[in-house]
Amino acid sequence: MGKKQTETLVGAFVLLGMLAVLFLALKAANLASFSFGATYPLLARFDNVGGLKVGAPVKSAGVAVGRIASISFDNKTFQGLVTMDIERHYAFPTDTSAKILTAGLLGDQYLGLDPGGEDKNLQSGDTIKMAQSAVILENLIGQLLYSKAAESPSKEGTGKK
Amino acid sequence: MTLTDFPSAIGRRALVIVAALGHFTAFFIDLLRNTPSGLRRFYLTILQVQAIGNRSLSIIAASGAAVGLVLALQGYNVLSRYGQAESLGVLVALSLVRELGPVLTALLFAGRAGTSLTAEIGLMKAGEQLAAMEMMAVDPRVRVLAPRFVAGIISMPLLGAIFSMVGVMAAYVVGVMMIGVDQGQFWSQMQDGVDVVKDVGNGVVKTVVFGIATTFIALYIGYESKATPEGVALATTQTVVVSSLSVLFLDFILTALMFSKP
Repeated sequence: MGKKQTETLVGAFVLLGMLAVLFLALKAANLASFSFGATYPLLARFDNVGGLKVGAPVKSAGVAVGRIASISFDNKTFQGLVTMDIERHYAFPTDTSAKILTAGLLGDQYLGLDPGGEDKNLQSGDTIKMAQSAVILENLIGQLLYSKAAESPSKEGTGKK
Repeated sequence: MTLTDFPSAIGRRALVIVAALGHFTAFFIDLLRNTPSGLRRFYLTILQVQAIGNRSLSIIAASGAAVGLVLALQGYNVLSRYGQAESLGVLVALSLVRELGPVLTALLFAGRAGTSLTAEIGLMKAGEQLAAMEMMAVDPRVRVLAPRFVAGIISMPLLGAIFSMVGVMAAYVVGVMMIGVDQGQFWSQMQDGVDVVKDVGNGVVKTVVFGIATTFIALYIGYESKATPEGVALATTQTVVVSSLSVLFLDFILTALMFSKP
């Protein structure tokens, strides 16, 4: 086999390998949808951040508008401080509210933004005033049990006692 | 036989193992130092990529396809039980890109290319070709080992990527075309769940590490083999055993390093 032919074959092999990496990066991991655009930070304080993770999407009306940048504990207010990076071309009114939602019944948690009606928009580094914590399933069950326990004596208390 | 015989036998054995490890490491550093001068005649490396990479392509692609087909079938069985058949894409892609692609490629590579490297170098040694080269003031590490080493490091990541790609495509054929999983869900769940740097990037890093390990072990065992027919046969067996085990243990260490953090 000639030198030229060998080099062509090896070149084809290397090209195929590169294409495979490209396929995995673009088709399987969707590099193309990564937004390298400019973002601005917004803050929100939650009594309980639940299972929210760094990198989780921030959605408004179901559309991803940014990502969670960091989650930390605020030792002054004893709340969870969530920093999110919102894409530069999206602006939200100052009375926007944030709440932690769950995708599906058992899915990952994400942050939902509900825009308000103010004329002024939130600026970079502003804090979202209204923040609703994650729904903690244990607390919910606890409340249910309490309310059940509270109403049960009135119904069957007369017969049993 | 005195009482001290047994401890001293253990000590002697330990010293042999430590010395072998030292020799192995010294050989590795020596090879690394000789690699740049081995690259000066790059055509030698290209020839080796042809021998190691191109010729392994068919077995890698066939294995990748088989693994992708089986993963899709088995994954669908379990996932459909929980009504999550759409997650088939992300299941197949993650298991291929993170684990199965690099590890199975490395095992096949050790069997397909590693053995041929060991046997070739062992026979060169048995036929005193290496000694002849040294007589002509040609360093066999530069002329023989370095091009093969570099070719192994180039070929392994490419083969690993091809394995994963073929596997994903095969899973697409079974999952979407034959079983009827929704095509959009298949890809979008995959794209949502697979991270470029964390999954694909770490998979490539794994294949590079495995490429270095399997190629070097094959070269080392071939170079150090006894220059007899039995010696070459033993060395070829050793290559498969040692490189397969090192790939599996390295994979555990790499996985622990890469994916243990949440």
